Amino acid sequence: MSDLRSLLHGLPGVDKVGVEARAAALGTRSVKTTAKAQAIDLAIRMVDLTTLEGADTPGKVRALSAKALRPDPADPTCPPVGAVCVYPAMVPVAFDVLKGSGVHLASVATAFPSGQAPLDVKLADTRDAVAGGADEIDMVISRGAFLAGDYTKVFDEIVAVKEACGPAHLKVILETGELATYDNVRRASWLAMLAGADFIKTSTGKVPIAATLPVTLVMLEAVRDYRAQTGRQVGVKPAGGIRTTKDAIKYLVLINETVGDDWLSPDWFRFGASSLLNDLLMQRTKLTTGHYAGPDYFTLD
Amino acid sequence: MPKSSAPRLSVRKTFKLYIGGAFPRSESGRTYLVDGDNVALASRKDARDAVVAARKAQPKWAAATAYNRGQVVYRVAEMVEARRSEFKALGTAGDEVNAAIDRLVWYAGWSDKIAQVAGNANPVSGPFFNLSSPEPTGVVGVIAPPSLLGLVSVVAPVIVTGNTVVVVSGGPQVAVTLAEVLATSDVPGGVVNILTGHAAEIAPWLASHDDVNGLDLTGVDDPALAVELEQAAAGTLKRVRRAGTTDFTADPGLAPMTAFLETKTVWHPKGF
Repeated sequence: MSDLRSLLHGLPGVDKVGVEARAAALGTRSVKTTAKAQAIDLAIRMVDLTTLEGADTPGKVRALSAKALRPDPADPTCPPVGAVCVYPAMVPVAFDVLKGSGVHLASVATAFPSGQAPLDVKLADTRDAVAGGADEIDMVISRGAFLAGDYTKVFDEIVAVKEACGPAHLKVILETGELATYDNVRRASWLAMLAGADFIKTSTGKVPIAATLPVTLVMLEAVRDYRAQTGRQVGVKPAGGIRTTKDAIKYLVLINETVGDDWLSPDWFRFGASSLLNDLLMQRTKLTTGHYAGPDYFTLD
Repeated sequence: MPKSSAPRLSVRKTFKLYIGGAFPRSESGRTYLVDGDNVALASRKDARDAVVAARKAQPKWAAATAYNRGQVVYRVAEMVEARRSEFKALGTAGDEVNAAIDRLVWYAGWSDKIAQVAGNANPVSGPFFNLSSPEPTGVVGVIAPPSLLGLVSVVAPVIVTGNTVVVVSGGPQVAVTLAEVLATSDVPGGVVNILTGHAAEIAPWLASHDDVNGLDLTGVDDPALAVELEQAAAGTLKRVRRAGTTDFTADPGLAPMTAFLETKTVWHPKGF
């Protein structure tokens, strides 16, 4: 597929200084009072509440799923989160709690987080998760193959996993912290979208450099340009390292200024996070009660 | 540098806040004049940031050995001794500086002894060791009196047991000079945070803050404000201390320390 290679390498290069300055400038916007309250509720609805630890137990996953349905038990007006994100083995446990609730159930698959497994293992992993009740699959691309220039292999893998997903949404994790350059991020975004991704996601959260504003900006530009060319809309999910309400609001500003209202919805934008939710809830409580909230009043997981 | 015949311009000092071991200006950008000096005027958001810094520093400070905390407070006394002239230049009498230094040394000594006095091995009717030991409450908001001795008398007893503090001081130059002492001694950043400004503006935010565990109202002059703060603090069941006396030269007793301690009691089986 030499046309795939020429297409990806024919994409315009990313102006590194420009994209970082743009992201930093948009990060200085001040969002207050009623706009802030709306932003917090939207951000809560966009959270993919995540637990991806070797130590995850069924009890922890059940507790997390219950929290996803009702993040703030003290306040019934608090909306539920977008989805719960777990390992495939925990999908049936979370499904028991979430089924019929409208909160999506995402599962990482395809030998998360390294992606270093044979294709048939990855496909079996994916099918198991879907069979268990997951309606969103977060797959990782083979960064090794991508960096070696074997785009066709990465493309074919995504196509195969997309097929294994069946009706489930496919989120493709680029692991931008390992892609080294913004040009690579742009290429990987296009590659994933061309192969059929429903979402493109920055990171696994398992490497030191996770989601950053500039990387998300590059990806937002990619989904914008892709829709302009093909008419198909693709979602974006930054994941890892987003811990505060301030950070989350910076991302919302970035969406609004880059791709506009169409993406300001949990259907098209998600935050992969665990500790972010508690900070959002604390800020929400501050706005409703008028005094500063503390972590002692919210569950740990 | 070439010698100039023009008279030298002295460098004027801005007294800034002390949060997390750094000296930031107020996030609000506000300043006010106190006796001709430019002083940062803290806002509620500075208080919020200070609580975050204090909370971050608290576990490690509480986990330090009592012996080590005592050494650190003693070191503060050493540094006040070395900066004696600065406090005198701000109008603090020599006797008061002496008393403040002595008070620091006195509390430093209590660090590894308070557990013997406030804790106990309790007799119980069963084959158990039953031990009560005092533990720090957490983050304490302190509305401090303006004088050096008053400030030391409310801050030292709170930190020596392993709490961290957010201080609101009405005596800004003295408080910021003490902050410079703390920054150059071995007190970890965030253990003491000092805000200069109006207690009536900042203290209510500390009193109602869910992540503040205690409140010392010694420096509140206005009784109506003190009552209001006590009521706000009740919402989160904070420990509140309202010292009746303002004579800081008298023996303070143990109350300033024990007011911000929690008693943990453990039962341990014996006789097997």
